[in-house]
Amino acid sequence: MPTSRVNETGLRLDDRLERLRLFGLSSPAILLILVVLVIPVGWLFYVSFVGADGQFSLENYQRMIDRASYARIFATTFKVSFLTTGICILIGYPLAYFMSQLPPRLASLCMITVLLPFWTSLLVRTYAWLVLLQRQGLVNDWAIGLGLWDEPIKMVHNMTGTLIGMVHIMLPFLILPTYGAMKSISRDYMKAASNLGATPKTAFWTVFFPLSTPGLFAGALMVFILCLGFFVTPAVLGGGKVIMVSMKIVSNIELFVNWGAASALGVVLLSLAVIVLWVASRFLNLDQISGGGH
Amino acid sequence: MNTEKQDALPITVTNVTKTYGKVRALDDVSLDVKSGEFLTLLGPSGSGKSTLLMVLAGFTRPDCGSLKFGGSEVIRTPPHLRDVGMTFQSYALFPHMTVFGNVGYPLRLRKVPKVEMRDRVEQALETVQLGGFGDRRIDQLSGGQRQRVAVARAIVFEPRILLMDEPLSALDKKLREQMQIELRHLHEKLGMTTVYVTHDQREALTMSDRIAVVNHGRIMQLATPRDLYERPANRFVADFIGDSTFLPVTRRNGQVCYGDMALKHDAPAPDAPDLLLMIRPERIVLSDDGPVNGANNFPATVNDVVYQGDSYLVQARMEDGSQISIRRAMRGSNITSMPVVGDMITMSLAPEDTVLIDGSEA
Repeated sequence: MPTSRVNETGLRLDDRLERLRLFGLSSPAILLILVVLVIPVGWLFYVSFVGADGQFSLENYQRMIDRASYARIFATTFKVSFLTTGICILIGYPLAYFMSQLPPRLASLCMITVLLPFWTSLLVRTYAWLVLLQRQGLVNDWAIGLGLWDEPIKMVHNMTGTLIGMVHIMLPFLILPTYGAMKSISRDYMKAASNLGATPKTAFWTVFFPLSTPGLFAGALMVFILCLGFFVTPAVLGGGKVIMVSMKIVSNIELFVNWGAASALGVVLLSLAVIVLWVASRFLNLDQISGGGH
Repeated sequence: MNTEKQDALPITVTNVTKTYGKVRALDDVSLDVKSGEFLTLLGPSGSGKSTLLMVLAGFTRPDCGSLKFGGSEVIRTPPHLRDVGMTFQSYALFPHMTVFGNVGYPLRLRKVPKVEMRDRVEQALETVQLGGFGDRRIDQLSGGQRQRVAVARAIVFEPRILLMDEPLSALDKKLREQMQIELRHLHEKLGMTTVYVTHDQREALTMSDRIAVVNHGRIMQLATPRDLYERPANRFVADFIGDSTFLPVTRRNGQVCYGDMALKHDAPAPDAPDLLLMIRPERIVLSDDGPVNGANNFPATVNDVVYQGDSYLVQARMEDGSQISIRRAMRGSNITSMPVVGDMITMSLAPEDTVLIDGSEA
């Protein structure tokens, strides 16, 4: 009996139409990304290889190697990013754990307070810290009033202020994926560990913590990458003493109108972020960042 | 693992009460589990059977009551010091460890030397027929294999009490029935006192030495499977175990009557104000030749006939309007004699199958 292939062409056509329709629906997003991301980054890339004389040149990159100040800036950038990420982990992990153990109603209340800062502009939050931390600020006034210390402590326009502000801004980015990973850990695992003879501490370190690390790593990675390119907070709270790459880019454009130098810095920063992501992707599942895939 | 039976521990639960707000999850429960016994807690969801198991494991702290393993009071002992094996409905196998890591976990905590640990894990895996599976990841296992790993992990440290919380509920029917037999064999081999929770009455009947039927936080009846099925203590138990039809009966002149008919029954009627006649569909006989001498005979009209392969089920309406089910095993000879809707039939119930029960719900 011959195999009958009824409607084969029609069904295949439907298949193709469906794919076209899907592409059609996503085309506005694709177009947007093309216009606001791919083309500008490509242009940036191009500009970074154009010298002062308008010819192809590596001088913009050569400058970064020649001048010690650039190395210092990159070192500062990484130092701030590492410290911010580290402090975020130390503060955020216990908080996420606490929230994950609360009854749902209380947990969502806590979640709202974690997300509340997102409703306020980044600039406002940063200046608020300036008001709080300055010499005659609330913190110094109160501490001296309470007799905790005698002289005003310098908490802004330096590394301390930068870190306080950065940690505050970045904390939700660490807490969200960590909390998500923790919520997906079944309580039965902890019960099983306990039933098998593990003290609460042992159960935490041998079962809960390893199962929560994908979320923690994802959060830490996100914080770190965001820190690498951060501008507003270090610019305001660092008081010109904490120079990060993003600030050098701005001064290259605003002060020296050197688009080539600024672009080259941008390209290097972007490359570093990509490298960090690539290295991280070898060790963990990046889907965790968006909360998908387990 | 030693092949000879270890000394199992009896469990004594006395006056345990646990309330959640106004709900009494456990209402003054007392229960003795003999050493080496396979006891099943059977009940509908929300009956308190899982709460009772959680109290035994130490995950739920009751309001009051006493719990003894052997002679020692353990009600205030934290779960990690109770030394009981447990399997969870979700299996709760650690996804970040291999099969070996999971089964070896309790031994690692007990600081068992590496070599001995390897032997004992492998032996436990062989006991559940998973020898050589140590290196597998948990997500590479099928549901049945996960179940076995969970059992291996629960018995590898040779606990003297084993708790199982609906361990087979996630498996399909065939595998479930096979695992029931296997768990039963395992229990015979290892001999630990086992408390098993299920809502599946057939599973309970298949596996248990004794069954405690739980409802509204209380134990309705504690008996062997056979007694439970044949002589249920009340309507709830009779309804929950097996299918039954209940007919209202009255006491008249020292006799129990259904309508005007005095019933012949072997077992004495329970001493209760309200009585019910319990009829199991497979015990009542469809009589082809009219009333049977020495039995209780009931006329009825056929409502519906359902063919079910191994048997057929006749739904019939009795003269007082009660509905009744009759199950008849399928044989070649009675295919032709299957009744049809509208037939007048006579059903007969032998005196030994005429069971009178306490009609109250509790």
